[in-house]
Amino acid sequence: MEKAIDKTGVKIGMWIFLYSEVILFGGLFVLYAAYFHAFPEDFALGGKELNRIFGTANTLVLLISSFTVAASITAIQQRRKGLAIGLLVFSLLCGLTFLINKYFEWGAKFHHDLYPNSDRLLDSDPGFNIFFGLYYTITGLHGLHVIIGMVLLAISLVLVARNKISAERYAMLENSGLYWHLVDLIWIFVFPLFYLVL
Amino acid sequence: MNEHESEHILSYGFLAQILGGLVLLTAITVGVSYIDWGFLNVPIALFVASSKATLVLLFFMHIKYEGMVIKVSFISTMLVLAFLISFTFWDVAFR
Repeated sequence: MEKAIDKTGVKIGMWIFLYSEVILFGGLFVLYAAYFHAFPEDFALGGKELNRIFGTANTLVLLISSFTVAASITAIQQRRKGLAIGLLVFSLLCGLTFLINKYFEWGAKFHHDLYPNSDRLLDSDPGFNIFFGLYYTITGLHGLHVIIGMVLLAISLVLVARNKISAERYAMLENSGLYWHLVDLIWIFVFPLFYLVL
Repeated sequence: MNEHESEHILSYGFLAQILGGLVLLTAITVGVSYIDWGFLNVPIALFVASSKATLVLLFFMHIKYEGMVIKVSFISTMLVLAFLISFTFWDVAFR
């Protein structure tokens, strides 16, 4: 006898986990709001140090990868395995592009002596220091989520290739996709708050 | 949940339209950020970001096609988040 699979239950479990992620990042955004209120001038100075072009490029990369992940689920449902694999590989490359961009972006900040405990930050106003503290905490935690999302997508990719994920059973791909979209969702709020409004 | 809801297949064209909408909203939010709207800067940016988030949630994350359990629990989480943010900010702003 075949094992029964509770598709809805599997998805609800994933969503409950995602709610905890939402509250985690929500807490950090509250911190951002409170300090932005306390040090608006220092935050504006900090925001000027960030590169809008880098931020926009990374936003587009994540949006496109979210689309290809969603499309890979459609491909699996239509039994187009090759297409699904191609879309997942492309999504992984997008994730890698995001991380490489982030590496250069952080590198440029380090070069300008803007990193936790740097002399420039320690000598500057507390608000400026706090801005970069939040910048590294939030983008760092987000970057960690990008890496975890890529691992989940890579596992799904292998399972698709081995026919363990199929049109009959694709909960793993669906849940990895949900996680990847959450990563995108968080960036949708990180991007304007750090790169645009200041 | 019935079989139809969990097996809802979105076409590539439809997903591409959602992506187009998201890219358009990104262009708008970056474009308006070059103008200083004063105290409206943050509300405008958050309004566009929320619109983008809604598109991702409804279609990429399939919430529109899910059953009541996921819909209600999601809305409850958003309410908790709204309380968390608004009450903390009240405290900070009027202290």
